Amino acid sequence: MYGRAYKTAVALPPVAWVAAFLLIPYAFLFCYSFWSVSGQNVVHEWTLVNYRELLHSSMYGSVMARSARIAATVTLLSMLLGFPLAYYISFHCSRRKELYQLVIIPLWVSYLVRAYAWKTILGSDGVLNSLLQFVHLSHEPLGFLLYSPLAVLITLTHIYVAFAFLPIYASLEHIPRNLLEAARDLGASGPRMFWTVIFPLSLPGVIAGATFAFVLSLGDFLSPLLVGGPSGIMISNIVVSLFGAAFNWPLGAAVSLCLLLVVLAILWVTERLQHRLTFH
Amino acid sequence: MKPRAWGLTIFSALVFAFLYLPVLTLIVYSFNGPGVGGFPPRDLTLRWYGMLLEDDALWNSVLNSLTVAAAATAIALVFGLCAALALDRVPFPGKYVFRRLVLLPLILPGIITGLSLLMLFVVVGMKLSLLTITLGHGTALISVAATEILAGLQKFPRSLEEASLDLGASQWQTFWRVTMPSLRLPIVSSALLIFTLSMDEIAVSFFLLGRENTLPLEIWSRLRRGITPEINAISTIIFAFSLVTIGAWYRLRRTDEVVLPEG
Repeated sequence: MYGRAYKTAVALPPVAWVAAFLLIPYAFLFCYSFWSVSGQNVVHEWTLVNYRELLHSSMYGSVMARSARIAATVTLLSMLLGFPLAYYISFHCSRRKELYQLVIIPLWVSYLVRAYAWKTILGSDGVLNSLLQFVHLSHEPLGFLLYSPLAVLITLTHIYVAFAFLPIYASLEHIPRNLLEAARDLGASGPRMFWTVIFPLSLPGVIAGATFAFVLSLGDFLSPLLVGGPSGIMISNIVVSLFGAAFNWPLGAAVSLCLLLVVLAILWVTERLQHRLTFH
Repeated sequence: MKPRAWGLTIFSALVFAFLYLPVLTLIVYSFNGPGVGGFPPRDLTLRWYGMLLEDDALWNSVLNSLTVAAAATAIALVFGLCAALALDRVPFPGKYVFRRLVLLPLILPGIITGLSLLMLFVVVGMKLSLLTITLGHGTALISVAATEILAGLQKFPRSLEEASLDLGASQWQTFWRVTMPSLRLPIVSSALLIFTLSMDEIAVSFFLLGRENTLPLEIWSRLRRGITPEINAISTIIFAFSLVTIGAWYRLRRTDEVVLPEG
């Protein structure tokens, strides 16, 4: 029923735009990672020198491992906070819509500002330290709170817990309530009903939430810069410095491409997992 | 009917406290006399808001952000609408790849999209400016519009379009009088979302920044110089503004649902 002109008019512009502003740029990233740099210039000849550098220097591997560790911890914490909250709102609460909104609202405060708010809370003359001294729980400021991996964990968890919450909540809301009645009629106890009915049906949402939390925190570079200090540096910080002060775009592109491949691999795996765990 | 689960209730309250602690700190300390930090807050003042009024650089960056967000929303809506129509009703080669590619900027770390675009602009010799940031935001956010509008299209009964065509309307008339009005809700809601995301975007902008700052980058450069309560003040204002916007949006949606019961 749609004419040829109609089809061309709707398909051509977005395909052309996406090719120009996404496909080609990502292709440039790929190409750059196989080029090299000499002085201030990029040498456009194919070489594996960047990847050799990545393999030989232990720094990249260890920062990548640390980033993965931080991202995994953030994911775990987001799940531990997000799942019970989603479960509570979906199953034990009469004001579901209002509480759901209450989870979303902090997302409207700028990411940067929330990270910075943690800085004012955790700093050595910050709110938390002053509070502890005010109530005489400690006599001098605790210096380890800010500029540490702990601060990065708190900040990132705060930012990504809502991203973990949303898909979990959606999957819990989709569980047909008559399944629970059936389980109860058949004599299942509360915990048994949770573990044999509710939890398995929520798994696609749990996986989606965990994927968001992991992938987004893995590539984060602002929180580490703001609250992390030298020991909180993550892989994207290295990319930023390679594109900035260090001026080695090809090496930066190689690091980014590795990060990109890791992320794509995770998405590929979790998508398959989600598909298998969804009841059709 | 619902068993009282006190442990769970208390735990959820604590999670909410964790979510709101920074937001409340931000708001309270925007009125704190001695500036950021210290407990309890004291000497409540509007001084930081006063300073804000005279801060031309900051307001300039707000204006830049609004301009970028408006233009990026326009780009993302136009191409997102076309993309949704194409995905819904046009078979074309590479459709699967296209669908995946559009979604990538939302799930990939922002720096990857940012620096890929940077390479493009450097290679074609385009100077970095608010325009490059706008192109970046617009492109990265196409998928938001495309996904929302596609979901709307899949609920939309095509027989209405068939009826319109049978009754002699042209394809163009059918599009404007039948298709578009029924997509009003997803279009408005994705526009709001895109606008907000663009206002807050930093990773892509970080690499595409010219001489003019957007608001998040202006805040970023100030934070690097040190903490200032002015940031609390401007954030509080923007937060209040966002709350009003969400409130208005919910009212709009509620009245809309009454008119269009099928959603």
